[in-house]
Amino acid sequence: MRRAVAILLAAVWIGLSAPAWTMLPSERLTDPKLEARARAIGGELRCLVCQNQSIDDSNSDLAHDLRVLVRTRLAAGDSDAQTIAYLVARYGKFVLLRPPFEPATYALWLSPALILVLGASGIALRLHRRKAPAPARSVPLSAVEEARLQRLLEERAR
Amino acid sequence: MGPCGVRSVARQLLFIVPGFVFLGFAVVFYAGIGHDASRVPSALIGKPAPSFELPALVGDRPGLATADLRTKPVLVNIFASWCVPCRTEHPLLMRLAEQGVVLYGINFKDRPEEARAWLANFGDPYQRIGADRAGASTIDWGVYGVPETFLVDGTGMIRFKNVGPLTIGVINGTILPLLREHSK
Repeated sequence: MRRAVAILLAAVWIGLSAPAWTMLPSERLTDPKLEARARAIGGELRCLVCQNQSIDDSNSDLAHDLRVLVRTRLAAGDSDAQTIAYLVARYGKFVLLRPPFEPATYALWLSPALILVLGASGIALRLHRRKAPAPARSVPLSAVEEARLQRLLEERAR
Repeated sequence: MGPCGVRSVARQLLFIVPGFVFLGFAVVFYAGIGHDASRVPSALIGKPAPSFELPALVGDRPGLATADLRTKPVLVNIFASWCVPCRTEHPLLMRLAEQGVVLYGINFKDRPEEARAWLANFGDPYQRIGADRAGASTIDWGVYGVPETFLVDGTGMIRFKNVGPLTIGVINGTILPLLREHSK
């Protein structure tokens, strides 16, 4: 039991430190505020080689180049928005991990909510129908049908 | 037997609407077959080539700068001696050069001696070669891998970008027609 806990703790410890491995100490800026901004921006930029990782997470050469580029632009005095715009001008919107909200991506952003609304209203309609069933027929039997019913009941009783 | 009218029409819709939705998705997905989403489209199509100046790689040929791209339509090919897919497209580049297409090369993150040896070995189709040892200029071109090829027209505007090695299909289908169009 103690061994299992020890292994689990070790795994958590290693897992927590993994993201720090891909950034080289030589890349870090000396100004902590600039470095914090660089990290925040880096988390939003896609590494185009390993396309599902941010440049902070990726091991590739391109990610290294882009991390250095972000820090160079920030150190040169660019704002966060200007730095991101610099990269989007060269690589296109796909370099942003978070797709921007614009006409081309409305379907992407809105369809989950839309499907949720459709599904929820479908369920609500079903529940509503079950709670209020169709009213019972209130048309009485005719005289012929009444007599037939009596005859059948008498036959069963015998 | 239920009452006729509104309710059974609603029930029919309940079956038909998802069918149409499925059909819509099927059409969209079928159209997407063969489309490689990992090839990032260039953000520079229709924009002027970035401003840059690269030193020469080999002694007998000049380097490459933005000013060289404003005289006639050319192909700018990013290559490196350590890049394996570059070897597969190289015979096609040699053939293009023989046909009279003007090729300029950017040697990306390479050691000059190794690049020169590679060209001596596999052939040299370039009229100008710029050496980008650090890779800084190619970031301005939006390059994220090697090889990549850009078609720049006679006014210095980027008209087409091919990610990865060139193929005969792309050359015949897109590059040669565009070169002809911009040579007029």
